[in-house]
Amino acid sequence: MSHSFTKSTARNIFFGGALFAFLLFLALTFDTTRALPKRDHRENLTAAVVRGKYVWETHDCIGCHTLLGEGAYFAPELGNVYKRRGPAFIKAWIEAQPTGAPGRRQMPQFHLTPQQLDDLVAFLKWTSEIDTNNWPPNIEG
Amino acid sequence: MQYRSQAVAKPYFIGAIALFIGQVVFGLVMGLQYVVGDFLFPAIPFNVARMVHTNLLIVWLLMGFMGSAYYLIPEEAETELHSPKLAIAMFWVFLAAGALTVLGYLLVPYATLAKDTGNAVLQTMGREFLEQPWPTKLGIVVVALAFLYNVTMTVLKGRKTSVSLVLLLGLWGLALFFLFSFYDPNNLVLDKYYWWWVVHLWVEGVWELILGALLAFVLIKVTGVDREVIEKWLYLIIAMTLITGIIGTGHHYYWIGTPKYWQWWGGVFSALEPLPFFMMTLFAFSMVGRRRREHPNKVATLWALGTGVMSFLGAGVWGFMHTLAPVNYYTHGTQITASHGHLSFYGAYVMVVLTMISYAMPVLRGRPANSRAAQAWETWAFWLMTVSMMLIALFLTAAGILQVWLQRLTDTPLPFMAVQDKIAFFYWLREAAGMGFLLGLLVYVASFFVKGEREALA
Repeated sequence: MSHSFTKSTARNIFFGGALFAFLLFLALTFDTTRALPKRDHRENLTAAVVRGKYVWETHDCIGCHTLLGEGAYFAPELGNVYKRRGPAFIKAWIEAQPTGAPGRRQMPQFHLTPQQLDDLVAFLKWTSEIDTNNWPPNIEG
Repeated sequence: MQYRSQAVAKPYFIGAIALFIGQVVFGLVMGLQYVVGDFLFPAIPFNVARMVHTNLLIVWLLMGFMGSAYYLIPEEAETELHSPKLAIAMFWVFLAAGALTVLGYLLVPYATLAKDTGNAVLQTMGREFLEQPWPTKLGIVVVALAFLYNVTMTVLKGRKTSVSLVLLLGLWGLALFFLFSFYDPNNLVLDKYYWWWVVHLWVEGVWELILGALLAFVLIKVTGVDREVIEKWLYLIIAMTLITGIIGTGHHYYWIGTPKYWQWWGGVFSALEPLPFFMMTLFAFSMVGRRRREHPNKVATLWALGTGVMSFLGAGVWGFMHTLAPVNYYTHGTQITASHGHLSFYGAYVMVVLTMISYAMPVLRGRPANSRAAQAWETWAFWLMTVSMMLIALFLTAAGILQVWLQRLTDTPLPFMAVQDKIAFFYWLREAAGMGFLLGLLVYVASFFVKGEREALA
Protein backbone atom coordinates (compact mmCIF):
# COMPACT_ATOMS: atom_id res chain seq x y z
CA MET A 1 0.00 0.00 0.00
CA SER A 2 1.27 3.47 -0.85
CA HIS A 3 2.57 5.85 1.75
CA SER A 4 -0.11 8.42 1.11
CA PHE A 5 -2.65 5.91 2.37
CA THR A 6 -2.02 6.16 6.08
CA LYS A 7 -3.19 4.23 9.09
CA SER A 8 -5.47 7.06 10.13
CA THR A 9 -7.19 6.94 6.73
CA ALA A 10 -7.78 3.22 7.27
CA ARG A 11 -9.07 3.89 10.78
CA ASN A 12 -11.51 6.49 9.49
CA ILE A 13 -12.80 4.08 6.87
CA PHE A 14 -13.34 1.55 9.64
CA PHE A 15 -15.22 3.82 12.01
CA GLY A 16 -17.18 5.55 9.25
CA GLY A 17 -18.01 2.31 7.46
CA ALA A 18 -18.99 0.43 10.59
CA LEU A 19 -21.18 3.26 11.83
CA PHE A 20 -22.88 3.61 8.45
CA ALA A 21 -23.50 -0.14 8.20
CA PHE A 22 -24.91 -0.28 11.70
CA LEU A 23 -27.25 2.67 11.16
CA LEU A 24 -28.45 1.18 7.89
CA PHE A 25 -29.06 -2.12 9.72
CA LEU A 26 -31.08 -0.30 12.38
CA ALA A 27 -33.12 1.45 9.70
CA LEU A 28 -33.86 -1.86 7.99
CA THR A 29 -34.76 -3.36 11.37
CA PHE A 30 -37.15 -0.47 11.97
CA ASP A 31 -38.83 -1.08 8.63
CA THR A 32 -38.96 -4.84 9.25
CA THR A 33 -40.57 -4.26 12.64
CA ARG A 34 -43.31 -2.26 10.92
CA ALA A 35 -43.80 -4.85 8.19
CA LEU A 36 -43.78 -7.94 10.43
CA PRO A 37 -47.35 -7.97 11.80
CA LYS A 38 -48.71 -8.69 8.31
CA ARG A 39 -46.33 -11.60 7.83
CA ASP A 40 -46.15 -13.26 11.25
CA HIS A 41 -49.96 -13.20 11.86
CA ARG A 42 -49.31 -12.30 15.50
CA GLU A 43 -53.02 -11.79 16.01
CA ASN A 44 -53.23 -15.57 16.18
CA LEU A 45 -50.71 -15.88 19.03
CA THR A 46 -53.14 -17.48 21.48
CA ALA A 47 -52.28 -18.55 25.02
CA ALA A 48 -52.01 -22.11 23.72
CA VAL A 49 -49.44 -21.09 21.08
CA VAL A 50 -47.39 -19.26 23.69
CA ARG A 51 -47.51 -22.27 26.03
CA GLY A 52 -46.63 -24.50 23.09
CA LYS A 53 -43.49 -22.50 22.37
CA TYR A 54 -42.55 -23.01 26.00
CA VAL A 55 -42.98 -26.78 25.64
CA TRP A 56 -40.91 -26.62 22.44
CA GLU A 57 -38.09 -24.75 24.18
CA THR A 58 -38.00 -26.63 27.48
CA HIS A 59 -37.59 -29.97 25.68
CA ASP A 60 -34.78 -28.70 23.46
CA CYS A 61 -36.55 -29.82 20.29
CA ILE A 62 -34.15 -27.59 18.33
CA GLY A 63 -31.32 -29.91 19.45
CA CYS A 64 -32.38 -32.49 16.82
CA HIS A 65 -34.90 -30.77 14.53
CA THR A 66 -34.88 -27.66 12.39
CA LEU A 67 -37.66 -25.07 12.68
CA LEU A 68 -37.87 -22.88 9.57
CA GLY A 69 -34.51 -24.37 8.65
CA GLU A 70 -32.69 -23.39 11.84
CA GLY A 71 -31.56 -25.85 14.47
CA ALA A 72 -29.98 -29.29 14.22
CA TYR A 73 -30.01 -31.42 11.07
CA PHE A 74 -30.50 -34.78 12.78
CA ALA A 75 -34.28 -35.01 12.49
CA PRO A 76 -36.98 -33.65 10.14
CA GLU A 77 -37.94 -30.00 9.61
CA LEU A 78 -40.92 -29.12 11.81
CA GLY A 79 -41.85 -25.66 10.51
CA ASN A 80 -44.33 -27.32 8.15
CA VAL A 81 -44.92 -30.58 10.02
CA TYR A 82 -48.48 -29.52 10.82
CA LYS A 83 -49.23 -29.41 7.11
CA ARG A 84 -47.25 -32.57 6.38
CA ARG A 85 -48.68 -34.80 9.11
CA GLY A 86 -51.62 -33.11 10.79
CA PRO A 87 -52.39 -32.74 14.52
CA ALA A 88 -53.44 -36.32 15.33
CA PHE A 89 -50.34 -37.86 13.82
CA ILE A 90 -48.00 -35.42 15.60
CA LYS A 91 -49.48 -36.25 18.99
CA ALA A 92 -49.53 -40.00 18.40
CA TRP A 93 -45.95 -39.90 17.15
CA ILE A 94 -44.64 -38.06 20.20
CA GLU A 95 -46.48 -40.43 22.53
CA ALA A 96 -45.11 -43.50 20.74
CA GLN A 97 -41.44 -42.55 21.15
CA PRO A 98 -38.90 -44.03 21.32
CA THR A 99 -39.48 -46.59 18.59
CA GLY A 100 -36.65 -48.77 19.86
CA ALA A 101 -35.95 -49.98 16.32
CA PRO A 102 -32.35 -51.26 16.46
CA GLY A 103 -29.81 -48.94 14.86
CA ARG A 104 -32.42 -46.27 14.05
CA ARG A 105 -32.27 -42.69 15.34
CA GLN A 106 -34.26 -42.45 18.54
CA MET A 107 -36.43 -39.66 19.91
CA PRO A 108 -36.78 -39.60 23.71
CA GLN A 109 -40.09 -40.11 25.53
CA PHE A 110 -40.92 -36.72 27.04
CA HIS A 111 -44.02 -37.72 29.04
CA LEU A 112 -45.99 -34.71 27.80
CA THR A 113 -49.47 -34.19 29.24
CA PRO A 114 -52.48 -34.05 26.86
CA GLN A 115 -52.56 -30.29 27.48
CA GLN A 116 -48.87 -29.93 26.57
CA LEU A 117 -49.41 -31.97 23.41
CA ASP A 118 -52.31 -29.72 22.37
CA ASP A 119 -50.25 -26.60 23.09
CA LEU A 120 -47.30 -27.90 21.10
CA VAL A 121 -49.56 -28.67 18.16
CA ALA A 122 -51.04 -25.15 18.40
CA PHE A 123 -47.53 -23.73 18.27
CA LEU A 124 -46.59 -25.86 15.26
CA LYS A 125 -49.81 -24.89 13.51
CA TRP A 126 -49.16 -21.20 14.11
CA THR A 127 -45.55 -21.61 12.90
CA SER A 128 -46.68 -23.35 9.72
CA GLU A 129 -48.78 -20.29 8.87
CA ILE A 130 -45.95 -17.73 8.99
CA ASP A 131 -45.25 -16.11 5.60
CA THR A 132 -41.81 -17.65 4.91
CA ASN A 133 -41.47 -16.55 1.27
CA ASN A 134 -42.62 -19.99 0.25
CA TRP A 135 -39.94 -21.94 2.11
CA PRO A 136 -39.45 -24.94 2.34
CA PRO A 137 -39.49 -25.88 -1.35
CA ASN A 138 -41.84 -28.82 -0.82
CA ILE A 139 -43.83 -30.59 1.87
CA GLU A 140 -40.92 -32.85 2.87
CA GLY A 141 -39.16 -29.83 4.41
CA MET B 1 7.51 -12.84 29.24
CA GLN B 2 7.72 -9.07 29.52
CA TYR B 3 5.11 -8.58 32.26
CA ARG B 4 4.58 -10.95 35.16
CA SER B 5 0.82 -10.59 35.11
CA GLN B 6 0.67 -12.05 31.60
CA ALA B 7 1.00 -15.39 33.37
CA VAL B 8 -2.74 -15.36 34.16
CA ALA B 9 -3.25 -16.37 30.52
CA LYS B 10 -1.84 -19.83 31.22
CA PRO B 11 -4.78 -21.41 33.09
CA TYR B 12 -7.14 -19.95 30.46
CA PHE B 13 -5.18 -21.65 27.68
CA ILE B 14 -4.98 -24.96 29.52
CA GLY B 15 -8.67 -24.84 30.37
CA ALA B 16 -9.51 -24.01 26.76
CA ILE B 17 -7.58 -27.01 25.42
CA ALA B 18 -9.17 -29.35 27.99
CA LEU B 19 -12.67 -28.26 26.99
CA PHE B 20 -11.68 -28.52 23.31
CA ILE B 21 -10.95 -32.22 23.86
CA GLY B 22 -14.39 -32.66 25.42
CA GLN B 23 -15.99 -30.86 22.48
CA VAL B 24 -14.34 -33.17 19.95
CA VAL B 25 -15.23 -36.34 21.88
CA PHE B 26 -18.90 -35.32 21.93
CA GLY B 27 -18.63 -34.46 18.24
CA LEU B 28 -17.57 -38.03 17.56
CA VAL B 29 -20.50 -39.34 19.63
CA MET B 30 -22.90 -37.29 17.51
CA GLY B 31 -21.19 -38.34 14.30
CA LEU B 32 -21.73 -41.97 15.25
CA GLN B 33 -25.35 -41.33 16.22
CA TYR B 34 -25.89 -40.09 12.66
CA VAL B 35 -25.27 -43.63 11.40
CA VAL B 36 -25.90 -45.82 14.47
CA GLY B 37 -29.02 -44.01 15.59
CA ASP B 38 -29.45 -45.68 18.98
CA PHE B 39 -25.80 -45.32 20.07
CA LEU B 40 -25.78 -44.33 23.77
CA PHE B 41 -29.57 -43.92 23.72
CA PRO B 42 -31.27 -43.12 26.06
CA ALA B 43 -28.27 -42.16 28.25
CA ILE B 44 -27.07 -39.40 25.93
CA PRO B 45 -29.68 -38.47 23.31
CA PHE B 46 -28.40 -36.59 20.26
CA ASN B 47 -29.72 -33.21 21.41
CA VAL B 48 -27.82 -33.51 24.70
CA ALA B 49 -24.59 -34.45 22.95
CA ARG B 50 -25.12 -31.51 20.60
CA MET B 51 -25.65 -29.01 23.42
CA VAL B 52 -22.45 -30.23 25.04
CA HIS B 53 -20.58 -30.10 21.71
CA THR B 54 -21.62 -26.56 20.79
CA ASN B 55 -21.63 -25.07 24.29
CA LEU B 56 -18.15 -26.42 25.02
CA LEU B 57 -17.01 -24.84 21.76
CA ILE B 58 -18.39 -21.46 22.78
CA VAL B 59 -16.97 -21.66 26.29
CA TRP B 60 -13.50 -22.77 25.24
CA LEU B 61 -13.26 -20.17 22.49
CA LEU B 62 -14.31 -17.47 24.96
CA MET B 63 -11.73 -18.84 27.36
CA GLY B 64 -9.16 -18.72 24.57
CA PHE B 65 -10.11 -15.12 23.73
CA MET B 66 -9.83 -14.10 27.38
CA GLY B 67 -6.49 -15.84 27.83
CA SER B 68 -5.24 -14.22 24.64
CA ALA B 69 -6.38 -10.80 25.82
CA TYR B 70 -4.72 -11.26 29.21
CA TYR B 71 -1.49 -12.12 27.43
CA LEU B 72 -1.73 -9.44 24.74
CA ILE B 73 -3.07 -6.42 26.63
CA PRO B 74 -0.21 -5.96 29.18
CA GLU B 75 2.37 -6.32 26.41
CA GLU B 76 0.61 -3.83 24.13
CA ALA B 77 -0.17 -1.43 26.97
CA GLU B 78 3.37 -1.85 28.35
CA THR B 79 2.12 -2.18 31.89
CA GLU B 80 1.04 -4.88 34.32
CA LEU B 81 -2.55 -6.12 34.21
CA HIS B 82 -4.92 -4.07 36.39
CA SER B 83 -5.82 -7.03 38.62
CA PRO B 84 -4.26 -10.48 38.09
CA LYS B 85 -6.20 -11.78 41.12
CA LEU B 86 -9.54 -10.87 39.54
CA ALA B 87 -8.45 -12.59 36.33
CA ILE B 88 -7.62 -15.83 38.14
CA ALA B 89 -10.80 -15.71 40.23
CA MET B 90 -12.88 -15.21 37.09
CA PHE B 91 -11.19 -18.17 35.45
CA TRP B 92 -12.43 -20.47 38.20
CA VAL B 93 -15.91 -18.93 38.18
CA PHE B 94 -16.14 -19.39 34.42
CA LEU B 95 -14.83 -22.95 34.53
CA ALA B 96 -17.21 -23.88 37.36
CA ALA B 97 -20.20 -22.30 35.60
CA GLY B 98 -19.32 -24.09 32.37
CA ALA B 99 -18.78 -27.45 34.09
CA LEU B 100 -21.99 -27.19 36.13
CA THR B 101 -24.00 -26.33 33.03
CA VAL B 102 -22.59 -29.24 31.03
CA LEU B 103 -23.21 -31.61 33.96
CA GLY B 104 -26.75 -30.26 34.10
CA TYR B 105 -27.26 -31.14 30.41
CA LEU B 106 -25.82 -34.62 30.92
CA LEU B 107 -27.38 -35.65 34.23
CA VAL B 108 -30.82 -34.05 34.31
CA PRO B 109 -33.60 -34.11 31.68
CA TYR B 110 -33.62 -30.71 29.98
CA ALA B 111 -37.19 -29.93 31.06
CA THR B 112 -36.22 -30.59 34.68
CA LEU B 113 -33.13 -28.41 34.31
CA ALA B 114 -35.34 -25.63 32.95
CA LYS B 115 -37.77 -26.04 35.84
CA ASP B 116 -35.10 -26.14 38.55
CA THR B 117 -33.21 -23.12 37.24
CA GLY B 118 -36.24 -20.86 37.05
CA ASN B 119 -36.73 -20.73 33.29
CA ALA B 120 -40.41 -20.03 33.93
CA VAL B 121 -39.43 -16.77 35.62
CA LEU B 122 -37.14 -15.62 32.81
CA GLN B 123 -37.61 -17.65 29.67
CA THR B 124 -34.35 -17.91 27.72
CA MET B 125 -33.63 -21.63 27.23
CA GLY B 126 -34.15 -24.07 24.41
CA ARG B 127 -32.83 -21.96 21.57
CA GLU B 128 -29.87 -23.18 19.53
CA PHE B 129 -26.53 -22.28 21.16
CA LEU B 130 -28.37 -20.34 23.87
CA GLU B 131 -29.54 -23.45 25.73
CA GLN B 132 -27.94 -22.37 29.01
CA PRO B 133 -30.19 -21.71 32.05
CA TRP B 134 -30.40 -18.00 32.76
CA PRO B 135 -28.19 -18.20 35.88
CA THR B 136 -25.42 -19.47 33.58
CA LYS B 137 -26.10 -16.68 31.11
CA LEU B 138 -25.93 -14.20 33.97
CA GLY B 139 -22.66 -15.81 35.08
CA ILE B 140 -21.25 -15.31 31.58
CA VAL B 141 -22.22 -11.63 31.74
CA VAL B 142 -20.58 -11.20 35.16
CA VAL B 143 -17.37 -12.92 34.05
CA ALA B 144 -17.33 -10.90 30.82
CA LEU B 145 -17.85 -7.61 32.65
CA ALA B 146 -15.14 -8.37 35.22
CA PHE B 147 -12.82 -9.35 32.38
CA LEU B 148 -13.63 -6.24 30.35
CA TYR B 149 -13.15 -4.02 33.40
CA ASN B 150 -9.76 -5.63 33.99
CA VAL B 151 -8.39 -5.29 30.47
CA THR B 152 -9.95 -1.88 29.82
CA MET B 153 -8.41 -0.43 33.00
CA THR B 154 -5.07 -1.86 31.90
CA VAL B 155 -5.27 -0.19 28.50
CA LEU B 156 -6.44 3.10 30.03
CA LYS B 157 -3.40 3.34 32.29
CA GLY B 158 -0.92 2.22 29.61
CA ARG B 159 0.04 2.64 25.97
CA LYS B 160 -2.93 2.65 23.63
CA THR B 161 -2.27 0.77 20.42
CA SER B 162 -4.60 0.08 17.52
CA VAL B 163 -4.28 -3.66 18.16
CA SER B 164 -5.55 -3.35 21.72
CA LEU B 165 -8.23 -0.84 20.70
CA VAL B 166 -9.60 -3.23 18.07
CA LEU B 167 -9.42 -6.14 20.50
CA LEU B 168 -11.33 -4.15 23.13
CA LEU B 169 -13.96 -3.10 20.59
CA GLY B 170 -14.46 -6.73 19.65
CA LEU B 171 -14.69 -7.90 23.26
CA TRP B 172 -17.08 -5.14 24.31
CA GLY B 173 -19.21 -5.90 21.27
CA LEU B 174 -19.22 -9.57 22.26
CA ALA B 175 -20.57 -8.74 25.71
CA LEU B 176 -23.09 -6.21 24.38
CA PHE B 177 -24.65 -8.48 21.77
CA PHE B 178 -24.80 -11.39 24.21
CA LEU B 179 -27.43 -9.39 26.10
CA PHE B 180 -29.90 -10.25 23.33
CA SER B 181 -29.77 -13.84 24.60
CA PHE B 182 -32.03 -12.70 27.45
CA TYR B 183 -34.71 -11.62 24.98
CA ASP B 184 -37.00 -14.49 24.07
CA PRO B 185 -40.33 -13.12 22.82
CA ASN B 186 -43.41 -15.32 22.36
CA ASN B 187 -43.47 -14.42 18.68
CA LEU B 188 -41.15 -16.93 16.99
CA VAL B 189 -40.32 -14.54 14.14
CA LEU B 190 -39.13 -11.82 16.52
CA ASP B 191 -37.35 -14.47 18.58
CA LYS B 192 -35.42 -15.63 15.54
CA TYR B 193 -34.77 -12.08 14.33
CA TYR B 194 -32.97 -11.07 17.51
CA TRP B 195 -31.44 -14.50 18.14
CA TRP B 196 -29.24 -13.71 15.15
CA TRP B 197 -28.11 -10.51 16.84
CA VAL B 198 -26.21 -12.76 19.22
CA VAL B 199 -25.20 -15.51 16.82
CA HIS B 200 -24.47 -13.70 13.56
CA LEU B 201 -23.25 -10.41 15.00
CA TRP B 202 -20.85 -12.48 17.08
CA VAL B 203 -19.31 -14.78 14.52
CA GLU B 204 -19.61 -12.63 11.42
CA GLY B 205 -19.18 -9.36 13.30
CA VAL B 206 -17.41 -8.56 16.52
CA TRP B 207 -15.56 -11.89 16.83
CA GLU B 208 -13.80 -11.04 13.56
CA LEU B 209 -12.41 -7.94 15.25
CA ILE B 210 -10.96 -10.18 17.94
CA LEU B 211 -9.65 -12.54 15.27
CA GLY B 212 -8.01 -9.66 13.38
CA ALA B 213 -6.42 -8.17 16.48
CA LEU B 214 -4.97 -11.49 17.67
CA LEU B 215 -3.62 -12.29 14.22
CA ALA B 216 -2.11 -8.81 13.91
CA PHE B 217 -0.43 -9.15 17.30
CA VAL B 218 1.17 -12.50 16.47
CA LEU B 219 2.27 -11.24 13.05
CA ILE B 220 3.92 -8.18 14.61
CA LYS B 221 5.78 -10.51 16.95
CA VAL B 222 6.90 -13.23 14.56
CA THR B 223 7.64 -11.10 11.47
CA GLY B 224 9.01 -7.91 12.99
CA VAL B 225 7.18 -5.92 10.29
CA ASP B 226 6.52 -2.29 11.19
CA ARG B 227 3.46 -1.95 13.41
CA GLU B 228 2.13 0.95 11.30
CA VAL B 229 1.85 -1.31 8.26
CA ILE B 230 0.19 -4.16 10.15
CA GLU B 231 -2.30 -1.89 11.91
CA LYS B 232 -3.24 -0.25 8.62
CA TRP B 233 -4.10 -3.70 7.24
CA LEU B 234 -6.00 -4.53 10.41
CA TYR B 235 -8.24 -1.45 10.11
CA LEU B 236 -8.94 -2.12 6.45
CA ILE B 237 -9.81 -5.77 7.11
CA ILE B 238 -12.18 -5.06 9.96
CA ALA B 239 -13.72 -2.14 8.05
CA MET B 240 -14.63 -4.60 5.30
CA THR B 241 -15.79 -7.09 7.94
CA LEU B 242 -18.35 -4.78 9.48
CA ILE B 243 -19.41 -3.06 6.25
CA THR B 244 -20.26 -6.45 4.72
CA GLY B 245 -21.09 -8.46 7.82
CA ILE B 246 -23.63 -6.27 9.61
CA ILE B 247 -26.07 -6.00 6.70
CA GLY B 248 -24.95 -9.53 5.80
CA THR B 249 -27.06 -10.62 8.78
CA GLY B 250 -29.82 -10.42 6.18
CA HIS B 251 -28.80 -13.79 4.75
CA HIS B 252 -30.53 -15.29 7.80
CA TYR B 253 -33.70 -13.34 7.15
CA TYR B 254 -34.77 -15.05 3.92
CA TRP B 255 -37.21 -17.68 5.23
CA ILE B 256 -38.14 -16.88 8.83
CA GLY B 257 -41.08 -14.58 8.21
CA THR B 258 -39.11 -11.39 7.55
CA PRO B 259 -39.76 -9.21 4.46
CA LYS B 260 -38.58 -10.36 1.07
CA TYR B 261 -36.22 -7.42 0.54
CA TRP B 262 -33.75 -9.09 2.87
CA GLN B 263 -33.01 -11.52 0.05
CA TRP B 264 -31.37 -8.60 -1.77
CA TRP B 265 -29.78 -6.84 1.18
CA GLY B 266 -28.54 -10.07 2.71
CA GLY B 267 -27.45 -11.55 -0.61
CA VAL B 268 -25.48 -8.58 -1.90
CA PHE B 269 -23.70 -7.75 1.35
CA SER B 270 -23.00 -11.29 2.47
CA ALA B 271 -21.68 -12.12 -1.01
CA LEU B 272 -18.96 -9.58 -0.14
CA GLU B 273 -18.21 -11.19 3.24
CA PRO B 274 -15.41 -13.35 1.76
CA LEU B 275 -13.47 -10.14 0.95
CA PRO B 276 -12.19 -9.39 4.47
CA PHE B 277 -11.20 -13.05 4.81
CA PHE B 278 -9.35 -12.93 1.51
CA MET B 279 -7.60 -9.79 2.72
CA MET B 280 -6.71 -11.65 5.91
CA THR B 281 -5.01 -14.37 3.86
CA LEU B 282 -3.12 -11.83 1.75
CA PHE B 283 -2.23 -9.96 4.91
CA ALA B 284 -0.76 -13.00 6.67
CA PHE B 285 1.27 -14.13 3.66
CA SER B 286 2.44 -10.66 2.74
CA MET B 287 3.62 -9.88 6.29
CA VAL B 288 5.43 -13.21 6.59
CA GLY B 289 6.97 -12.59 3.16
CA ARG B 290 8.26 -9.19 4.30
CA ARG B 291 9.48 -10.46 7.67
CA ARG B 292 12.48 -8.72 9.18
CA ARG B 293 13.43 -11.46 11.57
CA GLU B 294 13.54 -15.24 11.70
CA HIS B 295 11.50 -15.99 14.77
CA PRO B 296 12.45 -19.36 16.29
CA ASN B 297 8.76 -20.21 16.78
CA LYS B 298 8.14 -21.49 13.24
CA VAL B 299 4.96 -23.35 14.11
CA ALA B 300 3.25 -20.21 15.43
CA THR B 301 3.85 -18.64 12.02
CA LEU B 302 2.35 -21.76 10.42
CA TRP B 303 -0.78 -21.42 12.55
CA ALA B 304 -1.06 -17.73 11.61
CA LEU B 305 -0.82 -18.50 7.89
CA GLY B 306 -3.22 -21.41 8.36
CA THR B 307 -5.76 -19.12 10.02
CA GLY B 308 -5.65 -16.83 7.01
CA VAL B 309 -6.17 -19.62 4.50
CA MET B 310 -8.69 -21.74 6.39
CA SER B 311 -10.86 -18.83 7.53
CA PHE B 312 -11.06 -17.72 3.91
CA LEU B 313 -12.02 -21.24 2.81
CA GLY B 314 -14.43 -21.98 5.66
CA ALA B 315 -16.08 -18.63 6.23
CA GLY B 316 -15.43 -17.09 2.83
CA VAL B 317 -15.78 -19.77 0.17
CA TRP B 318 -18.07 -22.20 2.03
CA GLY B 319 -20.19 -19.28 3.19
CA PHE B 320 -20.48 -17.76 -0.29
CA MET B 321 -21.49 -21.15 -1.68
CA HIS B 322 -24.97 -20.96 -0.13
CA THR B 323 -25.44 -17.33 0.77
CA LEU B 324 -27.45 -16.15 -2.25
CA ALA B 325 -31.19 -16.53 -1.74
CA PRO B 326 -31.92 -18.64 -4.86
CA VAL B 327 -29.29 -21.17 -3.73
CA ASN B 328 -30.12 -20.91 -0.05
CA TYR B 329 -33.76 -21.69 -0.85
CA TYR B 330 -32.62 -25.27 -1.46
CA THR B 331 -29.65 -25.58 0.90
CA HIS B 332 -31.11 -23.86 3.99
CA GLY B 333 -30.96 -26.13 7.04
CA THR B 334 -29.16 -29.01 5.34
CA GLN B 335 -25.74 -30.62 5.72
CA ILE B 336 -24.40 -27.76 3.56
CA THR B 337 -24.98 -25.51 6.57
CA ALA B 338 -23.25 -28.05 8.81
CA SER B 339 -20.21 -28.24 6.54
CA HIS B 340 -19.86 -24.45 6.47
CA GLY B 341 -20.31 -24.26 10.24
CA HIS B 342 -17.52 -26.75 10.89
CA LEU B 343 -14.97 -25.37 8.46
CA SER B 344 -15.56 -21.73 9.35
CA PHE B 345 -15.44 -22.19 13.12
CA TYR B 346 -12.27 -24.23 12.82
CA GLY B 347 -10.59 -22.04 10.20
CA ALA B 348 -11.35 -18.75 11.88
CA TYR B 349 -11.78 -19.09 15.62
CA VAL B 350 -10.22 -22.41 16.61
CA MET B 351 -7.14 -21.67 14.55
CA VAL B 352 -6.65 -18.11 15.77
CA VAL B 353 -6.84 -19.24 19.40
CA LEU B 354 -4.36 -22.03 18.65
CA THR B 355 -2.14 -19.47 16.89
CA MET B 356 -2.14 -17.35 19.99
CA ILE B 357 -1.51 -20.35 22.28
CA SER B 358 1.26 -21.53 19.99
CA TYR B 359 2.97 -18.15 20.19
CA ALA B 360 2.33 -17.35 23.85
CA MET B 361 2.55 -20.69 25.64
CA PRO B 362 6.33 -21.20 25.15
CA VAL B 363 6.92 -17.66 26.45
CA LEU B 364 4.66 -18.34 29.43
CA ARG B 365 6.78 -21.43 30.07
CA GLY B 366 9.98 -19.36 30.05
CA ARG B 367 11.38 -19.74 26.50
CA PRO B 368 10.97 -17.83 23.22
CA ALA B 369 9.99 -21.02 21.38
CA ASN B 370 9.65 -24.74 21.93
CA SER B 371 12.36 -27.22 20.94
CA ARG B 372 12.57 -28.36 17.36
CA ALA B 373 11.13 -31.74 18.34
CA ALA B 374 8.13 -30.20 20.12
CA GLN B 375 7.50 -27.93 17.13
CA ALA B 376 7.65 -30.94 14.82
CA TRP B 377 4.91 -32.62 16.89
CA GLU B 378 2.82 -29.47 16.82
CA THR B 379 3.30 -29.18 13.05
CA TRP B 380 2.00 -32.72 12.65
CA ALA B 381 -0.97 -31.78 14.81
CA PHE B 382 -1.60 -28.72 12.63
CA TRP B 383 -1.75 -30.79 9.45
CA LEU B 384 -3.71 -33.67 10.96
CA MET B 385 -6.38 -31.41 12.38
CA THR B 386 -6.54 -29.08 9.38
CA VAL B 387 -6.70 -31.82 6.75
CA SER B 388 -9.22 -33.80 8.84
CA MET B 389 -11.47 -30.76 9.18
CA MET B 390 -11.20 -30.09 5.46
CA LEU B 391 -12.30 -33.69 4.86
CA ILE B 392 -15.17 -33.40 7.35
CA ALA B 393 -16.35 -30.33 5.45
CA LEU B 394 -16.00 -32.04 2.06
CA PHE B 395 -17.89 -35.16 3.16
CA LEU B 396 -20.67 -33.06 4.70
CA THR B 397 -20.81 -31.01 1.50
CA ALA B 398 -21.23 -34.20 -0.52
CA ALA B 399 -23.94 -35.37 1.89
CA GLY B 400 -25.56 -31.94 1.67
CA ILE B 401 -25.66 -31.84 -2.13
CA LEU B 402 -27.28 -35.27 -2.22
CA GLN B 403 -29.71 -34.28 0.51
CA VAL B 404 -30.73 -31.15 -1.41
CA TRP B 405 -31.21 -33.18 -4.56
CA LEU B 406 -33.17 -36.09 -3.07
CA GLN B 407 -35.29 -34.13 -0.65
CA ARG B 408 -35.86 -30.82 -2.42
CA LEU B 409 -34.88 -30.73 -6.08
CA THR B 410 -36.21 -33.91 -7.72
CA ASP B 411 -39.72 -34.30 -9.08
CA THR B 412 -40.37 -36.98 -6.47
CA PRO B 413 -38.95 -35.59 -3.18
CA LEU B 414 -38.20 -38.22 -0.54
CA PRO B 415 -38.93 -37.85 3.20
CA PHE B 416 -36.11 -36.60 5.44
CA MET B 417 -35.27 -39.94 7.05
CA ALA B 418 -35.33 -41.84 3.75
CA VAL B 419 -32.76 -39.38 2.44
CA GLN B 420 -30.63 -39.74 5.57
CA ASP B 421 -30.43 -43.49 4.96
CA LYS B 422 -29.28 -42.95 1.40
CA ILE B 423 -26.45 -40.60 2.33
CA ALA B 424 -25.19 -42.61 5.33
CA PHE B 425 -22.03 -43.54 3.41
CA PHE B 426 -20.81 -39.92 3.66
CA TYR B 427 -21.62 -39.79 7.37
CA TRP B 428 -19.35 -42.79 7.88
CA LEU B 429 -16.57 -41.02 5.99
CA ARG B 430 -17.16 -37.91 8.09
CA GLU B 431 -16.85 -39.99 11.27
CA ALA B 432 -13.55 -41.45 10.01
CA ALA B 433 -12.25 -37.93 9.32
CA GLY B 434 -13.42 -37.00 12.81
CA MET B 435 -11.23 -39.77 14.23
CA GLY B 436 -8.35 -38.23 12.30
CA PHE B 437 -9.16 -34.90 13.92
CA LEU B 438 -9.10 -36.45 17.40
CA LEU B 439 -5.75 -38.04 16.59
CA GLY B 440 -4.43 -34.62 15.56
CA LEU B 441 -5.72 -33.12 18.77
CA LEU B 442 -4.00 -35.81 20.84
CA VAL B 443 -0.74 -35.17 18.99
CA TYR B 444 -1.27 -31.47 19.72
CA VAL B 445 -1.65 -32.12 23.44
CA ALA B 446 1.38 -34.45 23.37
CA SER B 447 3.49 -31.69 21.78
CA PHE B 448 3.31 -29.78 25.07
CA PHE B 449 5.13 -32.64 26.78
CA VAL B 450 7.87 -33.19 24.18
CA LYS B 451 11.16 -31.97 25.59
CA GLY B 452 13.82 -32.17 22.82
CA GLU B 453 17.25 -30.51 22.75
CA ARG B 454 17.60 -26.88 23.61
CA GLU B 455 19.73 -26.02 20.54
CA ALA B 456 16.64 -25.06 18.57
CA LEU B 457 16.03 -22.17 20.92
CA ALA B 458 17.73 -19.32 19.10
